[in-house]
This record gives sequence, structure tokens and C-alpha cells, in this order.
Amino acid sequence: MEGLVSSMEHILDVKDLTMDFGGLRAVDSVDLYVDKKEIVALIGPNGAGKTTFFNCITGIYNPSKGDIKAITHSGAAARLNGLKPNRVTERGLARTFQNIRLFQNMTVLENVMIGKHCRMKAKVLGALLRDRRTRAEELKAANESYEILEKIGLAKFSDEIASNLPYGAQRKLEIARAMATEPSLLLLDEPAAGMNPQETRELTDLIRQIRDNEDISILLIEHDMKLVMNLSERIYVMDHGQKIAEGTPVDIRNNPEVIKAYLGEDIDA
Amino acid sequence: MEYMIKSLKVAVWFMFLTFPIVVIKVNTIENIVIWRWHNMFYMGVGIFFVSMLWRYFLERKDRVGKKSAAERINITQTIMENPKILRTLIISVLTILCIFPFVTDSYQINIMTVALMYIVLGLGLNIVVGLAGLLDLGFVAFYAVGAYTYALLNYHFGLSFWVVLPIGALMATIFGILLGFPVLRLRGDYLAIVTLGFGEIIRLVLENWNEFSMGPSGIANIDRPTIYGFDMTLTQATIFIYFLMVVFTVFTVFFVNRLQNSRIGRAWLALREDEIACQAMGVGRTRTKLMAFALGATWAGLMGVVFAAKTTFINPASFTFLESAIILSVVVLGGMGSIPGVIIGALIMILLPEYLRAFSEYRMLVFGGAMVVMMVFRPQGLISNYRRKYSFHSADGRFGK
Ligand SMILES: Nc1ncnc2c1ncn2[C@@H]1O[C@H](COP(=O)(O)OP(=O)(O)OP(=O)(O)O)[C@@H](O)[C@H]1O
Ligand SMILES: [Mg+2]
Repeated sequence: MEGLVSSMEHILDVKDLTMDFGGLRAVDSVDLYVDKKEIVALIGPNGAGKTTFFNCITGIYNPSKGDIKAITHSGAAARLNGLKPNRVTERGLARTFQNIRLFQNMTVLENVMIGKHCRMKAKVLGALLRDRRTRAEELKAANESYEILEKIGLAKFSDEIASNLPYGAQRKLEIARAMATEPSLLLLDEPAAGMNPQETRELTDLIRQIRDNEDISILLIEHDMKLVMNLSERIYVMDHGQKIAEGTPVDIRNNPEVIKAYLGEDIDA
Repeated sequence: MEYMIKSLKVAVWFMFLTFPIVVIKVNTIENIVIWRWHNMFYMGVGIFFVSMLWRYFLERKDRVGKKSAAERINITQTIMENPKILRTLIISVLTILCIFPFVTDSYQINIMTVALMYIVLGLGLNIVVGLAGLLDLGFVAFYAVGAYTYALLNYHFGLSFWVVLPIGALMATIFGILLGFPVLRLRGDYLAIVTLGFGEIIRLVLENWNEFSMGPSGIANIDRPTIYGFDMTLTQATIFIYFLMVVFTVFTVFFVNRLQNSRIGRAWLALREDEIACQAMGVGRTRTKLMAFALGATWAGLMGVVFAAKTTFINPASFTFLESAIILSVVVLGGMGSIPGVIIGALIMILLPEYLRAFSEYRMLVFGGAMVVMMVFRPQGLISNYRRKYSFHSADGRFGK
């Protein structure tokens, strides 16, 4: 059975991923995998290539080399190389952005409903006639989006214009929007950036809840070491585009290479 | 109240100021002076409302600065959220539109028909520019495609208005997609330049391909729309086209409203807001953009057919860049992405120059000035885009409006 096989496989399996920008090798043959219901962190000093790695996986960049495989939304294995970002999202990988990229002038609920877009079917004709099927679909999307907002704790803002939200709420809305696409893997790019300690604690709980209740695996980039060590089961460390270490939080904390990379950064700065 | 009095003063002042221009008319042949008092009245009423509006917006601009954005008061929103007021408003507007041709002359009807055409054109362009955020400066090309489709099919094959109407729309849709493909990756200024070029190409082809389009001399004697071969006098035909346009406008408002509150409408907005995030959230860029170009063009094509039928004569000079610019101004002035905004924008852009003949020579100057003022005071347009609200309070989870 398909299900049996896929439960043995990694939900995301990246091999030898390389991304060149002209002469600059931003990602240098990185291997990485995420298992079902796992929380994995990707850390590294500024400019290490973490965001570029995300962009390659999610189809925003087309990687120069390497293989990206994932268990898709439907449960089948698929190769993601060269797919457009919306196709990647359709296949069950959703992401947030390091520099918040909300739809500023749309309401919070509409932001989340955009995430539902790829799970909806209504065409132009349906929109014009607004037949029963279209109405039912709209209703379902709105309700499901609202439920997601409730889970994330943003329901009270649902009619607010996104740009009016406080910063922390905007970060959370990015997560809500990504969850609306019904992903099997959530890629979070610095979800705690700019949050205060209180908000960061809440976020830690939230991410754990998403993993536990929604059956979603999580790969996150984060500079907040406390959050990373608390949350993740495994950690990958990148520096200058290369993977320099991987392992459990304890391994990583005591890894001399990692310490050097971070200290080196401090000296440079 | 205080504003009323101030506005009244301004109105009286303006009536006095413009008195020599708009009221006194010297007939040099018979050596008599014609007193056009009604013009003074129009001027007074017009200025009064403009002044009120001006004050209202000024005050609101201040208020927005003080109050938090959340508690901002918005008349459009109040109207849109209250179905009773909205319904009354729609019914009264429709009643006025229906009575209008019977209480005025055909000159007025013609002007109103043109205004309605610009409303529909504006709403079409609004899909592309206002909703999807794609700055299209060649919109008139699709208008031309619709007009020439009817003119040529009518000239060569004698096809009637009603047969060509869907064909014209379809042709424009196809051209919309044709333009859409090459500009998929372009944004902002680049997109504007390419679409501008596209518009000019269509016009130049029409101007120079004599065998096909009869060049600059255009096509004359195009049939007016008829009903079952029923012969109409010119006045009847004028009224008929007027009502045709009323129906078109109502349908367009209805459909565009549905479109913008649908899955595809949301996708357009998202595309306008942030293209990369939009794609990353699972919205296909190619499809969404092409759909915007195609649907926008469809309405332009429809209006093109109506235009050819209305004027019975078309030539490439009717489809210059100026036309695109006017339609774009309608959208920008009224408020990008807002249906009531586009309607008001079209009325202002078309009716004002007609009724305030004094300005007609300075039309472009006034437009330019108005645009600058708009950009300063209300970059979002006269009526800003209203976002639909959902309510989840009822137990069965139904959402409203
Ligand atoms: N589109 C691009 N074109 C050229 N160079 C790029 C591009 N995107 C990223 N880079 C370069 O690739 C390197 C890695 O950048 P990246 O944004 O992936 O780092 P990061 O690990 O996410 O850093 P941070 O922690 O600051 O977010 C940087 O040197 C950056 O300048
Ligand atoms: Mg980054």
C-alpha cells in the first residue's frame, strides 16, 4: 500500500541541493530531510543561505543542482524541482516569509482565505452565476479560515485590515495563511523575529500544537536559540552555504564547528 | 452646519466670479445680450457641493490622522453594510435613470449614454488595474477590437448588432489573452510601457492596413441596433441605445461585484498586494493574470461594439492613447478597485466637462490638476476600496454579505 510505503519515507528529502547566483554559491550541496510529525530547525549565521534554501524548495528559485522530493498532499511521492511556487504549495508545502509578506490591504480573514485558494475549484462562471456549489465552497472556505484564525488566536482580528495588526499578530497571520493551504510540511522562516519573550513563548506552544494536533511537520529557520533548543527534535546548521552540522539539540550545542561558526560571526561583526 | 454656510458663501462667490463667463452671452449678430441665468444656478449648486466635498475630505483627512485607523468612519462602508440604505440608493438611481430620457432632450441622453459607456469601460479596466494591480495603458486597443469587429462584420457580411455583440466580446477576450502572455513577467513601469505600445500597434495597424480596415477614413454607415427589424427613428434609436447601456451597466456592476467577491477576485487582490507571497500561497500567477486581462478586455470589446453601433462611424482616431488615459483616469480618480468609485469617477470625468463647458478647452489641464490634487489628498481615489466583512456570530456558521 501507498500509505505504508510513505510512512517509512521522509516527508521532505533534499539531496545535494546547490544554488548559484552568478559567482556566489549561496547553497552548496546540502542534504536535509524531515520526517513525519517532526520539528526540525535550520540555523546558521546571517547570510548562511537558509532563506535561499527555503526559496529553492518552495519553487521561488530553481536550484542549480540537486533533488527535492516530498510526500505530497495526496500522499504520493513527488519531485519538486522546477515546479512553480503555487504547484509546490498545492503539493502540500507551505511557507512563511522572513520579511513579512502579508496582503496588506486585505482583511485578516481574506488573507487566510487566499491560502484556501488552491483547495477551491470555483471558476469565473461559478463566480458570475454564484450557483449553489460555489456558494457552498465559499462558505466552507470562510468557515475553515475562521477556524484556523481561532486556533492561532487571531479570530478577534478577522475583519481587520492586515496592515493594522500589531507586529506579532502579523507573524502569526503568516502562519495562519500558510496553514490554510492544508500543508503536510510547514516551512517557517524566522517566525519569532521581532517578537518579545512573552510572544516567543506563545509561539513556541503554538508551533508545538500545530505539529501535535494538525499532523503537520515543521521545518523552521530561527535565530532565537532558546526557541530552537526547546522546540526542535533535530537541528541542521549552515554556514557559507554549506551544511556544517546536524543532530539533536544537545549534539549541536556541543559541536565545536558550530561554536566556531557563530563565534566567527561575532568577531566579524 | 458651519460648513454649509461656508460652502454657501463659496458658492455665491463663485457664482459672482463666473457670472461674466457663464451667464452673459453677447449675440453679435443681433446685438443683444442673452442672459443665461440657469448656468449661474448650475454653477452655484456645483460649487456648493464641490466645496462641501472638499471640506468633508479635508476634515476627514485630519480626523484619520488623529483617530486610530480601526475606528475610521467611512460613508461608503456604512452604505455598503446597510442593505436597506443600499437598496434604496440603487432603486432611486435606477428610477432616475429610467425617467431621465423622457424629461430631457437627445443631446442629454447622448451624454448620459457616453457616461454609462465609460462606467462600463472603467469597470472593465478596474479589473485589470484596480483589482489585479496591472497598470494597463493600452486598454483602448480592446475597445477598438470590439468596434472594428462589429464594423467589419457588419460592412462585409451585414451581421447585426446582436450577433456581433458576443463575437466582439470574444475577439477582445482573445486579444486580451494575446497581450497577457508576453507581459506575464512584467510589472509596474515596464508593463505600462508594453501595454501602451500594444495599444499603439493596434491603432497603427488599423490606420495603415487600408485593405483590411479602410485606414484613416474609417468605416461609415454602420447599422444601429434594432429589435426584430423594427425601424426606429433617430430619437428612438438614441433612447434605445441609452436603455441598452443602462442594462449593460447594471449587469456589469452586478458581475464585477460578484467577481471581486469570489475566489478569483480575491486572487487578483492578492496578486496586486504581493506577487511572490500570492504564488507561494498557491495562486497560479499565469492563470490569474491572464484571467484579469481577458475579462477586462471582454468588457472593452462589448463597449466597442456598442460604440460602433452608436456612432455608426468609426475610424482609428477614436482609439488614441488619450482614450486609454481617460478610462484610466476614471479608475484612478474614482478609486482603484471600488465599484461606486469608478461610477462616480466616470460621471465626473464625462459629465463635468460636458456641463461645465467653460472648462472644456482646459479639459486636460483640469484633469491633470485634479489628478495631482487626488494624489495629495486621496491617493486611494474618491471612494476607497471597501472590503467585505464576514460575520460568524450566528450559530449555523453562516456568513453575511
Ligand atoms: N536573489 C539573490 N541574488 C543574489 N544573491 C542572493 C540572492 N538571494 C540571496 N543572495 C545571497 O545569498 C546569500 C545567502 O542569503 P540568505 O538570505 O539565504 O541568508 P540567510 O541565511 O537567510 O540569512 P539571514 O539569517 O540574514 O536571513 C547571501 O550572501 C545573499 O546576499
Ligand atoms: Mg533569511
